[in-house]
Amino acid sequence: MYTQGLDQLGPEHLLKDPAAADAAFQARVDREDKIEPKDWMPEPYRQTLIRQIAQHAHSEIVGMLPEGNWITRAPSLRRKAVLIAKVQDEGGHGMYLYSAAETLGVERAALIDQLLAGRAKYSSIFNYPTPSWADIGAIGWLVDGAAIMNQIPLCRCSYGPYARAMVRICKEESFHQRQGYEIMLTLARGTPAQRQMAQDSLNRWWWPVLMMFGPSDVASKHTAQSMRWKIKRVTNDELRQKFIDITAPQAEYLGLTIPDPELKFDPQTQHYRHGPIDWSEFERVLAGHGPLNRERMAARRAAHEAGAWVRDAAATHAAKQAARQTGVAA
Amino acid sequence: MNQPQRDWPLWEVFVRARSGLEHKHVGSLHAADAAMAIDHARDVYTRRQEGVSLWVVRSADIVASDPGEADALFEPARDKVYRHPTFYTIPEEVKNL
Amino acid sequence: MSAAAQPVPPATITIGRDATPLLRYVLRLGDTSLILGQRLGEWVGHAPAIEEDMALANLALDCVGQARLLLSYATEIDGRGFTEDDLAFRRDEGDIFNLLLAEQANGDFGRTIVRQFLLDSYFIELFGGLAHSKDARLAAIGAKSEKELRYHLRYSENWLTRLGDGTDESHARVQKSLDELWRFTAEFWVKDEVDTALVAQGIAPDATALEAPFRRRVAQCLSTATLRQPADAPIALSGRTGRHTEPFGRLLAEMQFMQRAYPGAQW
Repeated sequence: MYTQGLDQLGPEHLLKDPAAADAAFQARVDREDKIEPKDWMPEPYRQTLIRQIAQHAHSEIVGMLPEGNWITRAPSLRRKAVLIAKVQDEGGHGMYLYSAAETLGVERAALIDQLLAGRAKYSSIFNYPTPSWADIGAIGWLVDGAAIMNQIPLCRCSYGPYARAMVRICKEESFHQRQGYEIMLTLARGTPAQRQMAQDSLNRWWWPVLMMFGPSDVASKHTAQSMRWKIKRVTNDELRQKFIDITAPQAEYLGLTIPDPELKFDPQTQHYRHGPIDWSEFERVLAGHGPLNRERMAARRAAHEAGAWVRDAAATHAAKQAARQTGVAA
Repeated sequence: MNQPQRDWPLWEVFVRARSGLEHKHVGSLHAADAAMAIDHARDVYTRRQEGVSLWVVRSADIVASDPGEADALFEPARDKVYRHPTFYTIPEEVKNL
Repeated sequence: MSAAAQPVPPATITIGRDATPLLRYVLRLGDTSLILGQRLGEWVGHAPAIEEDMALANLALDCVGQARLLLSYATEIDGRGFTEDDLAFRRDEGDIFNLLLAEQANGDFGRTIVRQFLLDSYFIELFGGLAHSKDARLAAIGAKSEKELRYHLRYSENWLTRLGDGTDESHARVQKSLDELWRFTAEFWVKDEVDTALVAQGIAPDATALEAPFRRRVAQCLSTATLRQPADAPIALSGRTGRHTEPFGRLLAEMQFMQRAYPGAQW
């Protein structure tokens, strides 16, 4: 009753009583209302969302590079086609997410400038190289698998445009993981060289993928606030555990060994126990000292700079056409 | 960084999935002109045969109603669809906006 | 674990002198799509805007799709039990029959658009003609490809216009690319005994009949784009008979590496 009364407060109350405005907003979130672009929202909510959505968008775009690396060398026409389609999907996901971020009052061009200037974060995993074809399988199976873990709860996030983008993304993501696993299966059932290729790939990707979920955040105030705002719905540890529980049997089926000697199913907890994660590696990668941070950014900068004349030309042509239509000298 | 000539404007995309249904808002994209907006909309939003018809509208041309009843103090009624910075014209002399 | 028992197939497949005109013709089409798709695939992740990454990926996918249809048909005509992948990954330069224009390097976005526009303008006429082929498979492939091509042509025409009639820089860049790539269109009109045989059988459209509509379409678009039509020039190599430009070998090495390095493996 009290919360409903607060919802009907007029704007003059918002000016006088920010606490009431926050409370009214929280009440909406608590009852699973979706917040839409023009709704009132606390500034920290808006800023947190912009940062989170932008990081997600940047990750999709940078993520096109490690897989794009194998398009010209895909070992069969079918694999080539599927890989092009997957990378194209990732570009599309980036676009959906930038669209969602733009509803919050930022311009995509500004977000991209931040990324290229090294002032924005993207998922650590995309700073690792793809030296073998098996990595394309591992990325689909493990990286997309981890992303799906994170993305499904976000389909219920409180901000409408972000939730809807996530629903769209989740629908498209299932093919990504299946194609990755199918590649691993083909390799695992192939020649000894192919099996070794798959095992080597799993050895290199397993730990960085576990780091994707981020460090334990049970004590994080930031996480607690994000959970209250329903921007985050599950903790990092919970997501990571769920991922391990689902993935370990998949690796067993492939006949591959996860590179963790402490990985063991515990029948009492019904969860897999695992060894310690080297968080210093994660910190190094986040700080820009991962294997390919510089190369990833250099590639994106090069594409952006090389494309400037193209973007300019299109904008200029559009302006010329508009001027011709109104009969005004350009 | 204000280079209006370089930045492609924002367009909203509406897709009619099948005949009999309405056009539904699916998201936005950047394009320099209408033909590009339609082509991009097709490439991005109908990759899985999700549509028989596309509408693209410049975001700046959309007029939106107000979610609250009386937002008169913060925003004029029937304002732009997003809190998009370039939708609002601020005089040059005003700094930091 | 029967790796020891499986014989390693010979690495390279050749197209013999006894290959029928139909096989050669289908390979010319399929190889052009294959090589063009390979070039377009190089762009993904490096385009001027994310939207263009998606558009170029879409073009690449259509090309790879066309290549698969045509190469699959070629394997049936060939009759030696090969797969589409065998043909794509295990023929050497002299036995791959794409048009030279398709193998030209991407260069900048403008160069890619010029290459695309010239090929699209040619193929829209060719596949339009193929849709009436007496060969049912080619007719079906022609009809399907024609739909995709209309979209490709719209894309490349619109971009050529934006770049030609854009800024001074974009105009200069695409004019230069056009001047460099135009001579490869001469290969479109070459007729040899393969073409003669298939035209006689009502399987292939006569290239001569395609030239006028091609030139009209090109002239129209170049005019709108404020670009100058380059002078015709002869071409001394012939992709259609396996005599390629030098970058082709490097493209092939990249494309075929995995299958060559791991012969007999399934992917």
